[in-house]
Amino acid sequence: MDLTVNGKPATIDGKEAVNVTTLLVELKVPQAEYVTVELNGEILLRGDFDTTQVREGDGVEFLYFMGGGN
Amino acid sequence: MFSEEQIQRYSRHIILKEVGGKGQKRLLDGKVLIIGAGGLGAPIALYLAAAGVGTIGIADADEVDLSNLQRQVIHFTPDVGKLKVESAREKMVAINPDVSVRTYAEWVSAANIGAIIADYDFVIDGTDNFAAKFLINDACVLAGKPYSHGGILQFDGQTMTVVPGASPCYRCIFPAPPPKDAIPSCSQAGVIGVLPGVIGTIQATEALKFLLKKGDLLTGRLLTYSALRMKFREVPLRRNANCPVCGDNPTITEAVDELDALNVCDLERK
Repeated sequence: MDLTVNGKPATIDGKEAVNVTTLLVELKVPQAEYVTVELNGEILLRGDFDTTQVREGDGVEFLYFMGGGN
Repeated sequence: MFSEEQIQRYSRHIILKEVGGKGQKRLLDGKVLIIGAGGLGAPIALYLAAAGVGTIGIADADEVDLSNLQRQVIHFTPDVGKLKVESAREKMVAINPDVSVRTYAEWVSAANIGAIIADYDFVIDGTDNFAAKFLINDACVLAGKPYSHGGILQFDGQTMTVVPGASPCYRCIFPAPPPKDAIPSCSQAGVIGVLPGVIGTIQATEALKFLLKKGDLLTGRLLTYSALRMKFREVPLRRNANCPVCGDNPTITEAVDELDALNVCDLERK
């Protein structure tokens, strides 16, 4: 299936849908334990990662903490 | 009305149709609080002072260190050892004697933040730790105070403006701080010196637009910047119904210190 990930096209081979937990693994998302996931404009609860399906055409954003300023 | 000197000083503003004499007066009547007199705070303080924002508060308990000077452009070599807020105040009034600078040589905490932000129109987060970033978000949301969030690390930065009640807040995206030491700080991971100049200048721009009531604020979107790739991206955001501070059933109803988010160097400093 084809997705848009952080504004760029991405493909997950051989699957029509995956849950968010699997998606994080498939895409080798760095610091997956701290990333915020936005699916089609909605911020997901971490507790919903296993039950939320990502499908063909969806848009996913991975947002990271950035704590510096000094 | 303006003095001859002020007309000259602000002529490049006054000539802009979006500013004019009326807008410049709004800036002179404006009150902006900068929390953090470091990398982000430095360009913010310099530009807001130069622009003629009449009252600028600046809060930081730290002293200038030699390792700050690679990026904190408001502090000079002879300032090493001086309180950052004092060093900043000297440069700000030297740029523009119209500006009244209020210094707070203290760290913000749940105990003092409400009183510090109360008198300001707009708040800017230029801090370097999650405890302060979440505290500023909560205090501003609860007080209905618009503010600019900024974060930097290595070659990357992000910023968003929060207008409480009207736009998503920091906790809408990041409901809770990461565990302490999970995410490196600038002192641990490094930061390219020009990076806070880019992000801080955007934050200062938001404060000016807010005071001028012109243009579109950076609300409902997180602006991310990669200096290495020289790319800006905008991630559209919606308010999160589950947000612990501005959602439908908030669990945070007063400012609290996120003690778990303090890193070791913060604890040593306090």
